[in-house]
Amino acid sequence: MGDKYIINEIEKDHILSLLEQKKRIDGRTLDGFREIKIETNFVEKAEGSAVITIGNTKIIVGVKAILGTPYPDSPESGVITTGAELSPIASPYFESGPPSNAAIELARVTDRTIRESHCIDLSKLCVVPEKHVWILFIDFYVLNHDGNLFDAAALGAMAALATTKIPKVKVLEDGSIEKLEEKEPLKINHYPVAVTCYKIDKYKIYDPNFKEDRVSDSRITIGFDEEDRIVALQKGDQGTYKPAEIMEIVRESLNVSKALRKELMKSLS
Amino acid sequence: MAGDGSVKLIDEKGIRLDGRKVDELRPVNIKIGVIKNADGSAEIRMGKNIIIAAVYGPRELHPKHRALADRALIQCFYRMSTFSVSDRKSPAPSRREKEISMVISNSLASVVLTEKYPRTTIDVYLQVLQADGGTRTASLTAASVALADAGIPMRGLIASVAAGLINDKAVLDLFDVEDQKGSGDLPLGYCPVLDEISLLQLDGVFTVKQFEDCLNIAIKGAKDLYEIQRDALKQKYTDIRAEVEVPVKPKTEEPKEEPKEEPKVAPKPVLKVEKPKTEEPKPSKDDKKEVE
Repeated sequence: MGDKYIINEIEKDHILSLLEQKKRIDGRTLDGFREIKIETNFVEKAEGSAVITIGNTKIIVGVKAILGTPYPDSPESGVITTGAELSPIASPYFESGPPSNAAIELARVTDRTIRESHCIDLSKLCVVPEKHVWILFIDFYVLNHDGNLFDAAALGAMAALATTKIPKVKVLEDGSIEKLEEKEPLKINHYPVAVTCYKIDKYKIYDPNFKEDRVSDSRITIGFDEEDRIVALQKGDQGTYKPAEIMEIVRESLNVSKALRKELMKSLS
Repeated sequence: MAGDGSVKLIDEKGIRLDGRKVDELRPVNIKIGVIKNADGSAEIRMGKNIIIAAVYGPRELHPKHRALADRALIQCFYRMSTFSVSDRKSPAPSRREKEISMVISNSLASVVLTEKYPRTTIDVYLQVLQADGGTRTASLTAASVALADAGIPMRGLIASVAAGLINDKAVLDLFDVEDQKGSGDLPLGYCPVLDEISLLQLDGVFTVKQFEDCLNIAIKGAKDLYEIQRDALKQKYTDIRAEVEVPVKPKTEEPKEEPKEEPKVAPKPVLKVEKPKTEEPKPSKDDKKEVE
């Protein structure tokens, strides 16, 4: 994530020497995940919400649905917008202030996974074409940063969307909109997930903890839909890849995505 | 980015709307040294894209606490001009611009020998004057040429181009209409000398096979683009040589003129101001009256 915070060399050497033996500092395998927990409907006032924890990483996602006007070039589509905050509450390395580049990247990569997978039918969010559509604000707050924010954010977003209920509305004679008490669940067509593969030296690992995250040279986040198609991809940080390496990561991450989706569906059922 | 079939983007012969084949780059023109004040600069024209890259640095970084103790910081500032797109682009920096600036910075940092200039910044300003799809890749292509023009040591040049999906087929270097109507976009930053990928993004819907096809076609396109980058850099020195070598005259035979006389020759005015043809510049009597 942009500038690297300094991790002491001894610790880095330790991580590397373990990786050489295909081990990690917390005893996991190279593609082993920490325990994933998802709690939905955490915040009553939000239209949908979820708290996701992966190991000690904790993110809360809230969805607010607001009536607004559509974009002129898509008058019959609702709007999704995402925002992320890396609040100082979550890590001694985060600072208050306007969203950092890291926060912008987290929000935009997660946005692409949701948007490009077409998991939400935006035309269903249209109330009156050209005038009134639902705008879904999906906002992430990282509460504790212990690595692997991208995977956690995508899982959390899908869990929050899955529990989102949108008020029914009545169009009045003067053209204005009245929100009714009754709500209906947002329809989710399918569940995309994001998988991030981190590269430390020549080793590839999944679900890094904070220290592994910090010493990594680069990462590749890939969003997969339920039909095993790639819907988003982002290479992050300054490391580089050989073309064959990319294909290897795509195939490996696809397998990981299936396991992650299983976890997500388990917590939603 | 819905893949609707309302516009036919490729005809039966595999020819695209702008007459290109599926694996063909748009016409590219790279010019070096377009910003005289910058330490290095380049202008790229790729299709209708017009982008200027200017490099300042290595220089002192402010605020100082952001400086890196062991290497230079590379800061890119990708900005779109308000008139570069059909609708007016808001002049405020968008999240998109910030993200693009970041991925371009990361990509360049993978080839620049930043450890040569600890505690400094190398600033790369990228101004999109006209946008026609693929501005981030064209910007990165121009940026790496501008860095080379600035004489900053690098492990290699980065050539950057996108591939995308049209009718489920891999297509190189999408222009605006294809980008909007196609079903996917895969920008790539690639260093041909090192065979390293340093920028990779994707949106749209790709099967793994389609992704692989697009990656391969983009790498091939980047290799073609790299040759154009090299030629542009070589051209700069060809131009300098031409400038230096043309007025070669045998010095010995010319009778030496007195050096005192030379300053008397007035420099030719570049802008000719035509004077009114009336021969007499004397003020007429009428003029005097008006003044009074």
